[in-house]
Amino acid sequence: MTTPAFIQVDGLEKTFPAPMGQEPVTVFQNLDFEIEKGEFVCLIGHSGCGKSTILNILAGLDAATDGYVFMENKEVTGPGLDRGVVFQGHALMPWLTVRENVAFAVKSRFKRHSKDEVNAQVEKYVDMVGLTPAIDKKPHQLSGGMRQRVGIARAFAIEPKMLLMDEPFGALDALTRGVIQDELLAICQATNQTVFMITHDVDEAILLADKILLMTNGPFAEVAECAYNPLKKPRSRQEMHHDEHYYPFRNHLMDFLVNGPSTPYADKASDGTPPAMEEAPRSGPRRVVNA
Amino acid sequence: MSQSLRLRGGIVSILLLLAFIGAWWGATLPTQVDLGDMDPDYAAMMGLDTVQESDIPTPGDIGSAIWTHLSDPFYVSGSNDMGIGIQLAHSLWRVLAGFALAALVAVPLGFLIGMSPLMHKALDPYIQILKPISPLAWMPLALYIIQDASISSIFVIFICSIWPMMVNTAYGVASVRDDWLAVAKTLEVSPIKKAFKVILPAAAPTILTGMRISMGIAWLVIVAAEMLVGGTGIGYFIWNEWNNLDLANVIFAILLIGVVGMILDMIFGLLGKAVSYKEV
Repeated sequence: MTTPAFIQVDGLEKTFPAPMGQEPVTVFQNLDFEIEKGEFVCLIGHSGCGKSTILNILAGLDAATDGYVFMENKEVTGPGLDRGVVFQGHALMPWLTVRENVAFAVKSRFKRHSKDEVNAQVEKYVDMVGLTPAIDKKPHQLSGGMRQRVGIARAFAIEPKMLLMDEPFGALDALTRGVIQDELLAICQATNQTVFMITHDVDEAILLADKILLMTNGPFAEVAECAYNPLKKPRSRQEMHHDEHYYPFRNHLMDFLVNGPSTPYADKASDGTPPAMEEAPRSGPRRVVNA
Repeated sequence: MSQSLRLRGGIVSILLLLAFIGAWWGATLPTQVDLGDMDPDYAAMMGLDTVQESDIPTPGDIGSAIWTHLSDPFYVSGSNDMGIGIQLAHSLWRVLAGFALAALVAVPLGFLIGMSPLMHKALDPYIQILKPISPLAWMPLALYIIQDASISSIFVIFICSIWPMMVNTAYGVASVRDDWLAVAKTLEVSPIKKAFKVILPAAAPTILTGMRISMGIAWLVIVAAEMLVGGTGIGYFIWNEWNNLDLANVIFAILLIGVVGMILDMIFGLLGKAVSYKEV
């Protein structure tokens, strides 16, 4: 009997009630996966497979129809300060400055902190994302990339056990996205932060993730494969395409997105190259043929 | 560019004013009736032989009325003869008292309606029926129950300013972005703190817009209310001067009501600006 994983998702299912005279819609079902402490997990899938709903269930903002989420052996039933969320649309409060936005989170997390302690915490995390010069600006005075950085700083500032990110860079231009990905990578490697991130950018997943969950299309979406990133850490955006594993792995992910599930990557790698992690996925990957 | 536009706008405004006063002045010039072959004695008996003053006050009359009132606004020499400042103070007091009471009721109730779909459904019919009632229709009932003219007019102001504030507050609260509420949820923010730190600032611009509309309506209604109940106030002043057939004072009071209304509106405009934010 091994110790249970940090996050354990068991048989998760989400069904939306039937609109008048129609069948109820099951967006995803039978979701099982695990997240280890310090692991960076990316969830990849097309739009409509319920990715955001899964993240919201992990965050406690939405309830599953069936199945359970356990965090450190305790069931997740609602939102909590042990999980930091970076929202798709940054969700900064526009009437507050950068400092006040982050302080709002810090004060909620560390209720006993003095003013100075709050300030120090705020400044530390704003500095981490390189926004010290803009700390007293309001969100509308910032660029899209800067706003998303504030969102990341706010999520990190509460020192959550797990960070949840819902396509955090989806609205950014490619250049900015690259820069922030690098920053995030550096921060996560330095802090050993556990992260669950939704993306539909394959390169982003390869750069950031230790483990990539591949989801089939909805309705009745499932996690078809849990692929361990064969590229060794530390990865960098500049170097990673020179890695011998890069193209096979990227092709595998692209094939999945374009053609649907096929032989899992771990089984394909028959040339003796082991997956980056020693352990194989707990349960055998499901193979579901797309409708 | 905008500086010069403002300047040019100001110049055109002044020119229009001068043209208006000129036309007014021309229309109220004293007239000499053409007597034709009328018997001069008959003309003298009818008072037609001299220059006829206009019945409508001239710009000069208004100017002197303004000067008279503003040079001594706060005198009191009897219950029917008080300075314009005193009358205005009575009106403003009633408006502010009624408005403040309305805000005390409307904002919390608007919060409740905005946050609870159940309360929205439950209270909506009442609001829809009460909202279109002319505030003056309440006056007889208020006078009968309250038995005090001044408090009755405060009640009328209360009842007319409550609706825009309540409806706008409810709307503002109901349309707070889900994102911000989700942030509050993930940070385990208490309901009280959520109401004051997230919902209130988010809805503040909409609430202030409602207050601005309410204040505008209250200022419209106070004049009519005071005409009805009499005693004091700018509305009573107008009615009193009408009974005195002193049209110069009536016109002066009309102007004053406009200026005060504009200032009240500007104050709420500034307050609205102070709590507004640029959404991104």
